[in-house]
Amino acid sequence: MFNLISTQFSFFLALLLLAIGAIGSLIFAKKDWLANLWGNGLAILASVSGLVAAVKVLFFGESFTYVINSTLPNLSFSFMVDKLSAFFIFIISLIALLASIYGLSYVKHFYKKYNLGVLGFFYNIFLAGMLFVVSAHNGFFFLIVWEVMSLASYFLVIFENKEKNNIKAGSLYFIMTHVGTAFIMLAFLLLYKTIGSLDFNVIKENIGHMSLLSKNLVFIFSLIGFGIKAGIIPFHIWLPSAHPAAPTHVSALMSGVMIKTGIYMFIRLFVEILSGTELWWGVLILIIGIFSSLLGVLYALTEHDIKRLLAFHSIENIGIILLGVGSAMIFLSLNLKTMATLSLVAALFHTLNHATFKALLFMGAGSVISQTHTRNIEEYGGLIKFMPQTAFYFLIGSLAISALPPFNGFFSEWLTFQTIFNGIQISDIFIKSIFILAAGGLAFTGGLAAACFVKAFGATFLARPRNEKVLQTKESSFSMRFGMGVLAFTTLILGIFAGVVSKIILGVVNNLNGFQQISGIFSGQGKTFELSNGFAIVSTPMIFLILLVVLFLVYWIVKILTNKRKVKIGCTWDCGTKLEPRMEITATGFARSIIMIFKGVLKPSKKFEVEYQDADMRYFTKSRNIKLEIADIYQVYFYQPLYNLVISFSSYVKRIQNGILNAYVAYIFLILLILLLTFSF
Amino acid sequence: MAIIIWIIQLILVPILSPLFLGVIRKIKAHFQNRVGASIFKPYRDLWKLFHKDEVISEDASWIFRFTPYLIFTITIVLGASIPLFSNLFSNNLLSDFLTVVYLVALSTFFLALAGIDVGSAFGGFGSSREMTLAALTEGGFIFSLLALSFLAHSTNLFSITKTISNFSLFDFMPIILVFISFMIVMLCETAHFPFDNPATHLELTMVHEAMILEYSGKRLALIEWAAANKFLIFLSLGANMFFPWGLTAQADIWSIVLALVVFSVKILILTTFVAILESSIAKFRFFRLPDLLFTAFVLSAMAILLIL
Repeated sequence: MFNLISTQFSFFLALLLLAIGAIGSLIFAKKDWLANLWGNGLAILASVSGLVAAVKVLFFGESFTYVINSTLPNLSFSFMVDKLSAFFIFIISLIALLASIYGLSYVKHFYKKYNLGVLGFFYNIFLAGMLFVVSAHNGFFFLIVWEVMSLASYFLVIFENKEKNNIKAGSLYFIMTHVGTAFIMLAFLLLYKTIGSLDFNVIKENIGHMSLLSKNLVFIFSLIGFGIKAGIIPFHIWLPSAHPAAPTHVSALMSGVMIKTGIYMFIRLFVEILSGTELWWGVLILIIGIFSSLLGVLYALTEHDIKRLLAFHSIENIGIILLGVGSAMIFLSLNLKTMATLSLVAALFHTLNHATFKALLFMGAGSVISQTHTRNIEEYGGLIKFMPQTAFYFLIGSLAISALPPFNGFFSEWLTFQTIFNGIQISDIFIKSIFILAAGGLAFTGGLAAACFVKAFGATFLARPRNEKVLQTKESSFSMRFGMGVLAFTTLILGIFAGVVSKIILGVVNNLNGFQQISGIFSGQGKTFELSNGFAIVSTPMIFLILLVVLFLVYWIVKILTNKRKVKIGCTWDCGTKLEPRMEITATGFARSIIMIFKGVLKPSKKFEVEYQDADMRYFTKSRNIKLEIADIYQVYFYQPLYNLVISFSSYVKRIQNGILNAYVAYIFLILLILLLTFSF
Repeated sequence: MAIIIWIIQLILVPILSPLFLGVIRKIKAHFQNRVGASIFKPYRDLWKLFHKDEVISEDASWIFRFTPYLIFTITIVLGASIPLFSNLFSNNLLSDFLTVVYLVALSTFFLALAGIDVGSAFGGFGSSREMTLAALTEGGFIFSLLALSFLAHSTNLFSITKTISNFSLFDFMPIILVFISFMIVMLCETAHFPFDNPATHLELTMVHEAMILEYSGKRLALIEWAAANKFLIFLSLGANMFFPWGLTAQADIWSIVLALVVFSVKILILTTFVAILESSIAKFRFFRLPDLLFTAFVLSAMAILLIL
């Protein structure tokens, strides 16, 4: 049965199902429940089909290319699904599958308020767009599907259009993503100019003819273009506002999967097509990785909107992935292909891991939001008693993202550490120092992420409710819990069987151009994972097993020894006053000391406002306000000056547009004259 | 024979750890012109706590109940995966230093959650302070052990001790830097001066004690014991990674006994050092602590540059 279906068939079946899902949702838009069932149901079927295609390529190597020629010059609908594409198709389909199952009941609270047909339409188009992006093999075609993906996600961001903030977030996203597309276009046009084709294969084969300058320009343009989508600092500003605005299952897809298409193109373009010639490219990406990971987690600490907090963590994790990609590029330029392979395995592994635990965390957050109807962490508290399963899954996600063993985040960070350690051992003092910085950055990032998730989990689920709304909450429906449960299980499985998974990912890297013969970097049996140079060995299944066994023993020994002792339930020590929720630590208070320590970077500000009962006699206050803020340094130092520049330039240019017909005729004449003169010589 | 060594390795930390807590208190008492309690008092405290009934807050969730077991478990596992008196277990799968660092982080994570769980005013502040310090310590902790790993070309703690014990004294220059860095990390992780005062319950300054304020009975015993274990684990890391002499490589009874004696003496020296330090300096203001932790990080980074 499995062999009867070809990879090609199941891949195109997935796309077809998504198309049917998109159109069907619009047709059934009148009936909310039917549109929901149709939109998400077809997405589920399509994801299963996509998973089959991806698995077949990853395990059996049944990659394929498929070309539909078009009448337009340079445009051919050319698909190529190699292992790298299949790896991303796997991630997209896996998260899409669980997000759609989750969505089935999550979108119910939109009934009668919003048009679910539209949601289903754009949701399916968005999924199809992502599948196209990772399989398109022609620059022109790629740009079209890239736009499809970006526009569909834009419409999903502004789906809840009754809230003003969402429209604003959407506009910012719209502008940023199109600036990105413009840069990608520039990069592709440059490639076309020297090579004469937009087909990725042709470009790859003829890249040698390209001058260094244009290669560098292509690098810079695509770094900006794809970097905006990936959310690297300083191009991240759209991400923390757009991701929270979308419906939660879409946020999970955007944060977990969509931003990874930027990473996909980094690897495709820089590692494979341009084959990482310049040292400074890798160094630049590594530095961006350090900044994105550290700043991402610091900004996350300042947040008390749970979805924004998670969005900032996406920036952090993109930074960690870029540490892997950047080191791969550095090693590649130094012709150390074995090390580069290890770095790519680390980067891809973390890409997969981040997709799983970030989707899990977003779903957990969505589950809480659908019950409490607020995104403000300060209004939660004590939810573990009302939503025990959601709390449990969120805890697993938190442990995984904080890189704690035995979950998957631990292993991919461990692997990223190892590749950075490889870099530190390079004798060049400059490269060595960069890698030392990267290792330091990663170490602090891990610690700060743990602090941030103690804050997020603690303020949301622990202690006493801070708001009456919490008292009315109950556990969310089965399909939402199912989506989270499967993802939580996946994070554990990916962590425990990390050795096996790395082998598969090594297959993906070996499938890349120029990495074919590289093997024997590590040996990953079921139990242990060992680097071949003997530097390090780790065994996640053993960590899990030993912890479990000892925990079991400790529990039973203590239980047997103390079974006569009673357990009384009392109240928390209240210092003789009435216990109130305001005695608990808030998320703001929790993170305040870290913010003050990093005040040089975060630039926190504090504003007091006091209103007196009697303005003349300043003894009795009526109300006090305190406003804590973090300066938006990107806005102030980068985007605002840029904006001013563009505006002043535009007003200068505007003078040409004077509205006098004679002048316009004169312009045409002048241009014609110039053109004639240029081409006659 | 190997099984005997392994069992000794497994139970050594929980058995010895309260003793060194007693020793440190005794020395501090001497500095304060007191006689001080017997050095075996921590054992009696544990005994007493295990025999008491327990009060659990009505606000507590399973996290609060589960944490003491997990933390204690982690310290037992860590105790079995670091070099204590022998370097026979270089194939130990849990002895990768990053694994050790992240297992410590796992216990800190849960302890901080348990601090928030009961919703008291103190617990939350303790957790906040603890996580702030833990986040900033991680850099120094990883880098100090990383420096040693580069020296030994292995991240396995047993292999590191084996390699470093063959070094000549001249090679110890960078190791001294790393040792200073590690000591700072150790004082922070184990809640000692100048980071935390283990003997106080003053709400303005306490870190570790604030988180465990609501515990009682057997769970408090487990937490106190785990804290003692953690202290001994860090002491052993300090004693064995940086001064790796006297670890037995043979599995016969006399070399084991000798190695155990050497181990105890080394730990005793370090304990005395910590006690003297605690008696002679004041606790730092909270916002000065990051400077110290960044110093630890930079010292190790410099050592790495020197080593390679």
